Amino acid sequence: MEVGLKMGKGGGDHVCGCEKVKMGFEETELRLGLPGGGGGEGEAIRKRFFSETVDLKLNLSSKESSGINPNEEKVKGLRQEKSLLPCANDPAKPPAKAQVVGWPPVRSFRKNMLATQKSGSEESTEKASGNSAALVKVSMDGAPYLRKVDLRMCNSYQELSDALAKMFSSFTIGNCGSQGMRDFMNESKLMDLLNGSDYVPTYEDRDGDWMLVGDVPWEMFVESCKRLRIMKGTEAIGLAPRAMEKCKNRS
Amino acid sequence: MQKKMAYSFPDEVLEHVFSFIQSDKDRNAVSMVCKSWYDIERWCRRKIFVGNCYAVNPRIVIRRFPEVRSIELKGKPHFADFNLVPDGWGGYVFPWILEMARAYPWLEEIRLKRMVVTDESLELIAKSFKNFKVLVLFSCEGFSTDGLAAIAASCKNLRELDLRDSEVDDLSGHWLSHFPETYTSLVSLNISCLGSDEVSFSALERLVGRCPNLRTLLLNRAVPLDKIANILRRAPQLVEFGTGTYTAELRPDVFSYLAGAFSSCKELRSLSGFWEAVPAYIPAIYSVCSRLTSLNLSFATIQNPDLIKLVSLCPSLQRLLVLDYIEDSGLEALASSCKDLQELRVFPSDPFGVEPNVSLTEQGLVAISWGCPKLESVLYFCRQMSNAALVTIAQNRPNLTRFRLCIIDPKTVDYLTHEPLDVGFGAIVEHCKDLRRLSLSGLLTDRVFDYIGTYAKKLEMLSVAFAGDSDLGLHHVLSGCESLRKLEIRDCPFGDKALLANAAKLETMRSLWMSSCSVSFGACKLLGQKMPRLNVEVIDERGHPDSRPESCPVDKLYIYRSVAGPRVDMPPFVWTKDEDSSLRLS
Repeated sequence: MEVGLKMGKGGGDHVCGCEKVKMGFEETELRLGLPGGGGGEGEAIRKRFFSETVDLKLNLSSKESSGINPNEEKVKGLRQEKSLLPCANDPAKPPAKAQVVGWPPVRSFRKNMLATQKSGSEESTEKASGNSAALVKVSMDGAPYLRKVDLRMCNSYQELSDALAKMFSSFTIGNCGSQGMRDFMNESKLMDLLNGSDYVPTYEDRDGDWMLVGDVPWEMFVESCKRLRIMKGTEAIGLAPRAMEKCKNRS
Repeated sequence: MQKKMAYSFPDEVLEHVFSFIQSDKDRNAVSMVCKSWYDIERWCRRKIFVGNCYAVNPRIVIRRFPEVRSIELKGKPHFADFNLVPDGWGGYVFPWILEMARAYPWLEEIRLKRMVVTDESLELIAKSFKNFKVLVLFSCEGFSTDGLAAIAASCKNLRELDLRDSEVDDLSGHWLSHFPETYTSLVSLNISCLGSDEVSFSALERLVGRCPNLRTLLLNRAVPLDKIANILRRAPQLVEFGTGTYTAELRPDVFSYLAGAFSSCKELRSLSGFWEAVPAYIPAIYSVCSRLTSLNLSFATIQNPDLIKLVSLCPSLQRLLVLDYIEDSGLEALASSCKDLQELRVFPSDPFGVEPNVSLTEQGLVAISWGCPKLESVLYFCRQMSNAALVTIAQNRPNLTRFRLCIIDPKTVDYLTHEPLDVGFGAIVEHCKDLRRLSLSGLLTDRVFDYIGTYAKKLEMLSVAFAGDSDLGLHHVLSGCESLRKLEIRDCPFGDKALLANAAKLETMRSLWMSSCSVSFGACKLLGQKMPRLNVEVIDERGHPDSRPESCPVDKLYIYRSVAGPRVDMPPFVWTKDEDSSLRLS
């Protein structure tokens, strides 16, 4: 089907395309510069922005460079409340009673407030453990933006690892042990992991300490994890002594 | 002989004249008169407003306006408020701060809305601008109280720190202690969004006590009721006050101490906060009610009759934000007590509940439209509506400038006639000739858009959800609404035709958002190619749009005009006509 591009409307009672555009520019909040503004310098400006403002050292591997595999149903739950749009979606069909993303248009700080008030005053405002979602922020060294992941949507470290891998496309997590716990007792194994160039997930617990992900049973992790940070293995080396310490204290 | 008209006023005279011209529109007009006026004007412009941070870049702004003292920037589109914009989309302020640190050492004011602000940005602000006075972070995110500590410690002339609705990593309350003991210039402090349970009460009290010019103080939930009185007693000159959590066991001594503190605040005109408010302590504010012009009870759990009693004591009220606990009966009372009411916002207490939990219907809003002659701004969440009610409201209140109606269930029909609500909204746009902002809801056909395109000539912002039948609907709006600046659409059957036929219109607008509609990637690419001054961004986390069949519509589309070209900070899930752009992060 040929879809044409009409520049402005025809018809005598309408202003012609270009004049209408000019009129529109008078409405701009910021005046367009005189000739010479932003034309040829565009490329140089862009390149400079790229290197000065965004210091990227992402070593993105070749897999998954095009983004998330749409066939992964597992990913659905991990992307907060976002719904994957099936291609055959008929937008005219009324949505089911199930929650639609962003509707009704109520800001999240209002939603949370109501949930808190409903559950009574024994829960603290932010971290009601009865919450259905455990959203934590995930930052990755070198990536310029944060993501959020809902820990209650995962059931194991492996699922979390998969979710994070999809989010950041290139990071690889070391192997988890048979019960999903790291073999911290084996110092040399740990050192191997941390000396590699792989990224290592770490988290901040309720005490404010930074820990390596995987050192406690999954449920305990979900309860105590406040946020995640994916570091380069070499940088996470500093956490190893603390990880050892906590393990020894527990055993 | 032809006489030449030489404008021989010295520049200083013109500059002096221009200094009386404050509005951006007028300044823009002035700069278009002739080249010399353009040059003079650009040197004396002190205040810049950038409605879309990607419409321009810092270099262009700085080159044109070298002596700016105040800047306002907006980042993400409005629907980001409802989680429709994925994390990482953009809106980073750091590149702006970096450039301005070099070019505007005398910058005094930074106001940001829906931008990503890092601690690094805040630290750079703190050390770069010696005369920094105003920082407003409206619905921003990405920073922590560490960044705030840097601002507190370094900005000796800070007047205003307003974090309204921002998402802050609240690491500790100690950042307040970073205001030095010699610092006394605070005029406005809004920390209502801070979430942690910690706050340094002594630091707060000392800060309040040593700042005699403090006019606005909005506390956060961590401040309990019994701490408020001491704070108020140190700042009886306050004009605007926000409580923290407003609940405690009723104790007569606490109550009377609090009531006394409020009554000593003779200048108090605006109250907010009231999280988890208990009825027992509401009478503590009665002494100030008669002077109140603004009241925000949208976090208060109090219900009728306490709520009705409270609003009835506030005859000077111009602005009221409240939960639907007020019900129709409360709105009727409001309509008879508050004749000066200009703005009303009624929020849902149970937005996701299936059944109504309160008796709030269209009747409440109709009552207000009868009783409040100055009403011009409405935001109303409810569960039922009728065309008749909307027509009445429109006829009663032709002075409405902002009308946002959210009927909670999408595609709800007129409950009396079972028809779409086209006629009702049609009456709104027909009668309210100065309407600037409109949000639609309920069952709506293309007809409502025909009305809007025909009548809504001053409309600047339109929000549409689950409405319309075909491209004709979108076409009516784009071709008819002459003043349209922002259009945001979700879940409507609008596709390629209307978009492409009205391509030129898009350059006259700030932005267009369309999500869950029927626009194809091909049309987006075509639009991007034909219109170099538009950035056409497809936001789609399902992977490359070409990996899906042609018929599959894009998930989200954000189009905005720009003189800065394509942006360099796009995340992997934003696709433009440059599919393999080397500027992309991956």
